[in-house]
Amino acid sequence: MLPELYNYWVVIVLMMIGFYIVIVQGNLIKKLIGLNIFQTSVFIFYISVGKVEGGSAPILAEGVSVYSNPLPHVLILTAIVVGIATMALALALVVRIKNAYGTVEEEELQERDLRC
Amino acid sequence: MLAGIYGLLSASFFVSMDAVDVAFTEAAVGAGVFPLLMLTALTVAGRYEQTVHRRPRAAFFLVLVTGALMIVGTLDMPAFGSLDAPAHTHVAARYIELSPTEIGIPNMVTSVLADYRAFDTLGEVVVVFTAVVGVLIMLTPGEQRQQPSPANAVETMRSHMILRVVSKMLIPLMLLFALYVQFHGEYGPGGGFQAGVIFAAAIILYAMLFGLVKAQAAIKPSILRLLAAFGVLLYGGVGVVSFLTGVNYLDYSRLATDPVVGRHIGIFSIELGVGITVAAAMILIFYAFAGYATGRAEAE
Repeated sequence: MLPELYNYWVVIVLMMIGFYIVIVQGNLIKKLIGLNIFQTSVFIFYISVGKVEGGSAPILAEGVSVYSNPLPHVLILTAIVVGIATMALALALVVRIKNAYGTVEEEELQERDLRC
Repeated sequence: MLAGIYGLLSASFFVSMDAVDVAFTEAAVGAGVFPLLMLTALTVAGRYEQTVHRRPRAAFFLVLVTGALMIVGTLDMPAFGSLDAPAHTHVAARYIELSPTEIGIPNMVTSVLADYRAFDTLGEVVVVFTAVVGVLIMLTPGEQRQQPSPANAVETMRSHMILRVVSKMLIPLMLLFALYVQFHGEYGPGGGFQAGVIFAAAIILYAMLFGLVKAQAAIKPSILRLLAAFGVLLYGGVGVVSFLTGVNYLDYSRLATDPVVGRHIGIFSIELGVGITVAAAMILIFYAFAGYATGRAEAE
């Protein structure tokens, strides 16, 4: 029972690491890295759901009858590329915040907002 | 650097779980584009963080509780790799059984991506395009920064002779490989997304080693902007053409007299659209970041 579910636990550990970084780190860039780890854990979750014991990669080949589920692969494939594009957008926002406030630390940003 | 290793590691995870297409993408994105992007952003946003003492205990507790709850939740999940898991029962089985005869290409991931779920993929491409537009709006420097001088911050790699010589040999191969991945995506692992990212990684490597100015002289941002839009347009256009043949949007069956050939044509063209948009988008994003970094370095 227990060893059969280890893939989910790896995902949960990764996800919680990412979650923790997002909550605790005040530095916006580090928060984004945490978000990235969180994102990867979701990717791994999907792919591990699609895995079939003894199956091969979903490319038609002779003598192979069991394939992994191609659907999660498609979803995650596009999600990775979209993920990097949105991550770039987030980094661009951080860069602009740095430019406007001179800092990317969350607490200093709040202080400055309150002073205005 | 760690991000690069992390990306490579998760890519090998995916290979071990038989998701070669995904592994391809993750290897190019996670180990190639993401760390470079991070580095350029860090040069702008500052490398050091203040050591602020906070109380992470509450957060740690929260994370621990959430994780424990989720683990309890997994106890009812199907076992890893089991054949009768619910995820494999509905459409997935149909994709595996019928796509080789319906679409006529061996790579099921490509046929699901570009045919059965073409609408979804169109949405993804539009998201990538929109993200690029956002980045460009936020990071396009003012007129006075339009021509960065040759001696800029990104050119610090200039003195690394070995790197430059090796990459001179590698970059053409990378570009060639990207094209192979693009046009062979129906038969082996690959496709527009992967090819676009690999192509972009090659150009970004060039820009890192030989300077932004030279890269921009070789591949002009204005052309890239056109290309990024053109890729989306090509994708949407294929949909409209299939509309005109009397079937649903993005249903390629009547693009040729034989439905299978028609699907081939459709998949080929939208993969091309995807590849063009993704490659142009990634390069543009890098240009925007690097250009912004140089602009700031000069202003100071």
